[in-house]
Amino acid sequence: MVGANRIAGTGRLSAAGRLAFSFDGRSYQGLEGDTLASALLANDVHLVGRSFKYHRPRGVLSAGTEEPNALVGVHRDAARRTPNVRATVQEVYDGLTAVSQNRWPSLAFDIGAINDLFSPFFSAGFYYKTFMWPKAAWAAFYEPKIRAAAGLGVAPDRPDPDRYAARYAHCDVLVVGGGAAGLAAALTAAETGARVIICDEQAAPGGAMRFETGARIDGEEGWAWAQKATARLAGMDNVRVLTRTTAFGYYAQNFVALAERVGDHLAEPGDRPRERLWQVRARRVVLATGAIERHMVFADNDRPGIMLASAARTYLNHYGVCVGRNVGVYAGNDSAYAAAIDLKRAGVAIAAIVDLRETPKGALYEEARGLGIDVLPGRAVIGVDGRTRVSSMTVTPRTGGPSRRIAIDALLTSSGWTPSVHLYSQSRGKVAFDASTQRFLPDAYPQDCVSVGACNGTDDLAAALKEAAAAGERAGRATGARAKATKAPRVDASEGWSGGMPGVAPGAGADAAVKAFVDFQNDVTAKDIRQAVREGMRSIEHVKRFTTNGMATDQGKTSNLHGLAIAADALGKEMHEVGLTTFRPPYTPVTFGALVNQARGALFDPTRKTAMHDWHEKHRAVFEDVGQWKRPWYYPRAGEDMHEAVNRECATVRQTAGLFDASTLGKIEVVGPDAAAFMELLYTNPWQKLEPGRCRYGVMLREDGFVYDDGVVGRLAPDRFHVTTTTGGAARVLNHMEDYLQTEFPHLKVWLTSVSEQWAVIAVQGPKSRDIIAPFVEGIDLADAALPHMSVREGQVCGVPARLFRMSFSGELGFEVNVPADYGEAVWEALWTEAEKNGACAYGTETMHVLRAEKGFIIVGQDTDGTVTPDDAGLAWAIGKKKTDFVGIRGLRRPDLMAAGRKQLVGLRTRDPNIVLEEGAQIVADPNQPVPMTMIGHVTSSYWSQNCGRSIALALIADGRARMGETVYVPMPNGAIAAEIGQTVFFDEKGERVHG
Amino acid sequence: MADVANRDLKAMRREKLAGLSTTRERVSVTPGPPAARLALRAGEDALNSVSRALGVGVPRKPKTSARAKSGGRVALWLGPDEWLVIDEDGADLPAAAGWAKALHSAVDVSHRNVAILVAGDGAETCLAAGCPQDLSLAAFPVGACSRTVLGKVEIVLWRTSERAFHVEVWRSFAEYAYAFLAEAARDV
Amino acid sequence: MLLIHCPYCEEERPELEFRHAGEAHVARPVEITAESDEAFEGYFFIRANPRGIAYERWRHIHGCGRFFNAVRDTVSDRFFATYKAGRKKPDAAKFAGAATGGKDKR
Repeated sequence: MVGANRIAGTGRLSAAGRLAFSFDGRSYQGLEGDTLASALLANDVHLVGRSFKYHRPRGVLSAGTEEPNALVGVHRDAARRTPNVRATVQEVYDGLTAVSQNRWPSLAFDIGAINDLFSPFFSAGFYYKTFMWPKAAWAAFYEPKIRAAAGLGVAPDRPDPDRYAARYAHCDVLVVGGGAAGLAAALTAAETGARVIICDEQAAPGGAMRFETGARIDGEEGWAWAQKATARLAGMDNVRVLTRTTAFGYYAQNFVALAERVGDHLAEPGDRPRERLWQVRARRVVLATGAIERHMVFADNDRPGIMLASAARTYLNHYGVCVGRNVGVYAGNDSAYAAAIDLKRAGVAIAAIVDLRETPKGALYEEARGLGIDVLPGRAVIGVDGRTRVSSMTVTPRTGGPSRRIAIDALLTSSGWTPSVHLYSQSRGKVAFDASTQRFLPDAYPQDCVSVGACNGTDDLAAALKEAAAAGERAGRATGARAKATKAPRVDASEGWSGGMPGVAPGAGADAAVKAFVDFQNDVTAKDIRQAVREGMRSIEHVKRFTTNGMATDQGKTSNLHGLAIAADALGKEMHEVGLTTFRPPYTPVTFGALVNQARGALFDPTRKTAMHDWHEKHRAVFEDVGQWKRPWYYPRAGEDMHEAVNRECATVRQTAGLFDASTLGKIEVVGPDAAAFMELLYTNPWQKLEPGRCRYGVMLREDGFVYDDGVVGRLAPDRFHVTTTTGGAARVLNHMEDYLQTEFPHLKVWLTSVSEQWAVIAVQGPKSRDIIAPFVEGIDLADAALPHMSVREGQVCGVPARLFRMSFSGELGFEVNVPADYGEAVWEALWTEAEKNGACAYGTETMHVLRAEKGFIIVGQDTDGTVTPDDAGLAWAIGKKKTDFVGIRGLRRPDLMAAGRKQLVGLRTRDPNIVLEEGAQIVADPNQPVPMTMIGHVTSSYWSQNCGRSIALALIADGRARMGETVYVPMPNGAIAAEIGQTVFFDEKGERVHG
Repeated sequence: MADVANRDLKAMRREKLAGLSTTRERVSVTPGPPAARLALRAGEDALNSVSRALGVGVPRKPKTSARAKSGGRVALWLGPDEWLVIDEDGADLPAAAGWAKALHSAVDVSHRNVAILVAGDGAETCLAAGCPQDLSLAAFPVGACSRTVLGKVEIVLWRTSERAFHVEVWRSFAEYAYAFLAEAARDV
Repeated sequence: MLLIHCPYCEEERPELEFRHAGEAHVARPVEITAESDEAFEGYFFIRANPRGIAYERWRHIHGCGRFFNAVRDTVSDRFFATYKAGRKKPDAAKFAGAATGGKDKR
């Protein structure tokens, strides 16, 4: 056999499937189907890790996802180093490399274990109380040191090379948990014809049948029945069976998140995703999540070799591994007896069963006695020896008396079973305390959900299967499925358990200073919880946070109930009076990869590119991110830096001309007989009298009177407007318009259509712009009289249907050529050849910004910030004076918006023309006043203007227009900068150049 | 004047996803050919008139589409007064709609949208990587259509057969949508 | 992720297709310029923000594009009803029994 502890004739793994793996550099052999934990135990490796805080040696506690101790790193290659992998979950594959964590220099000898000796200083709340002063030392010293000393695995330092998939799924019935109850529920639900998904976190469904060898269902051993049931389900068209899949979050309206581990168990995952996130919407949910065994809380109960009784049975009955050769059992209930019996029958010596109960009885007790096992009732284990592997247990009568030391090499404990109500609780269900069995169970269901089997407190197998089969059928029928379901599986034999106790065992009670661990993963002892109560924590939520009990990645699966019982005892209350803490997703840790899945790299967020993007790239544009858009920022020529490129572009546009990609502006086509009436309501300007073929600059307000957006609007026909919006405002302006149209002005006959992406827009600006476009334009007279400034015509450019605007955001003679997007690049190329002939350039957003600032044109969102009125921005002229209604008209009359002293947009000219102010910088009237100074405004836009030969800036300054000529100051680290308030127009003040 | 009349429009056209295609064992993801598209808006009272003008009965039932009796024209229901009309032959749809006397809005969006075709036994699974709707045949039968989301972008989804879907997406989101579906196709 | 019944699409759709749009049944005054400062404040700035039954607007922005109204329990997130814009506001008493806010007032 593979491994010293493998017992021939036991377990379900084939001896033929040999696999090699390594742990901390040593090579071992395992079998196909092994978990890393079972393979290590088979090789007699119990010491697998060091604890979080005290660096205590730790072994394997469980055989499932609840594992708090056996956390290891699994290293596939340099980039694939996964920390904190539960050895009880990780399946062994050929070549698997695992390492222990949180130890230095080695697992067996760990310097950090000195923490254990100083543990009196590290009690609950230690960090909160100790590292408070000096404050600065927290970030610089304490936190890094604590993080280095405490903690678990090391996060990988390279990008994750694996890929992760995602899937939305819809079903009638989702069954969570593939134990006997879950399978029974899935079978009847599927038989009704409903669409069923059943998921199970293990490699194969079967749940407790993995160790419960006493169960027989439909004439077969429980495990074999479970495999056949799974095969039947997998063969049905309406069923999807998901193994290695954990339901980790239960959200509103039966939306359940599942994480499927697709490749982690394979030596060569190939092109598979590593994991797959399932977001399942189920009409009905059946929870069959089982129960989790609790450990006994006694002194030094964390020594390697001490584990849950059911885990030892799993290792024996499923993996064929005995966890020791001379095994002790410590129980507060019956189920641990079964472990002793199974091991004894497999030839392992049982040193003794120590039972807290005075008079245990029942079939298991009798069977154990019959096998000659020494049962010590009414006794407790008050201590153990052996640091890295338990070597003996000290047993006393629970009422006190002489103690006795019994040699052992493993100790199996059980204090009962905790129903897994996590998902029920996440569904917003409120658990109810069942006093007779000392446990919390599901009560009312806020969602279309039901619990069956052990998670519902139904312990008897026959009763559980009956309950599950009925629930499955009911769930199927509730979704409208009508086929007949068969009866519940017949249970021929089962194991019956009783008993259990939450809280501390004798010897770890109120006056004991021993380390009796409640939460292994966070190193929380019974003493810590009592101390929390002593220090004033009353709510269990506070006790939890003060001690960190249940806050590790295992989410307190083994510790919550113990913690609650100890706190209740210390508070002198009943457990149900104290109440359980809230369970939150995820049930088990989920990788970021699974949550992020496809949304990485190029798929992290859409990158929007215009039709001319390739041309810009070819011409070495530097791009600027504007929302999701990539816009050319500037086009540096060889040897140019940004400043030089922008200066050249700015000068060229005003001297000759420039081509600018304006495609990203939002465009909305407003169509219908009431189009003008609608425009009147949505914009401050008058529109009724705008003639078809003419354009107008429009200002849009919110109802509060503040500027929301702006843009040039062309009237194509009496009933058709072509509206442009800011790039960033495209989506929200359309939403704002639709909102008013649908809900406030539904009587208007008008419709809105986004055409932002229908049209590629080439702005041609500058004195030569007409010459550049003229050779390509058909059907439109470009003469000044025929096409004056602020006009629009439909015709053809380069033979392509086009909307040609004569308009300008630069102050120069200018046109905007709109062509269907697929033709955008070809038209740009054609215009470019003509532009080059004329000595024009391509220019980017930076030059566009400078040119418009030279003309004092605002950019909404830069020179306005949601608190600026049209008058503040110098746009009062854009408000239709005779209008009786538009969105924002009442807001503008609010007292604050009409009060004196509002900030107004003005131009700023620095006294030293070479100084370019910082955008956002604050402005004061007197730089010598004491700090804090009175701010009177701030700089909104600031550039070097090559055309003006000086710096220019726009600013919002209190009463700005009344302060023309005044000098103000911009305090900066190197002294205050003096600037003079003036007009917002810096270039071509009379505005003659737009007329060509 | 440059000789604009003789320019070949076809040669000038740069299709967004030109040259891309993904073929996997169970699903293929390919860009659709250019088509004429019309954003049609009209009230209930105008539907007969508009239907006659366009030669396709615009559907009144949510999530349904209607094809013209002949030719490659289809009208997809997007909202109670909104349809997307697609003509694979590139017909002049605004002109056709112009024949309708009844009040409506017809806006050419031929270049706004790009089509992506997802076909094969795994088509439904491929889309389920990013579309939160139930795409089973019972919930989303052949001919069903809906505006919805795919990953982080909005799409119009139209099921053209049991094993094929037609995705319409805005031009600048097409690269993302295509890459998303191509990546999803690896897991089908 | 919630499932929301769109009264125009006549079926439940995933929340991702929708966008919340504030409190419902806040109508813009017809004679808005005649509103007093106080009345305008009440219309534009003041919202009920109740714990329990709330009337709210949603837009099926990535679906049919329509704005509509909903009655929702802000404690349990459960939708009691959705209805087309312009329809009469349903009586809260109809849902009071099922609402968590009603029996669990702080």
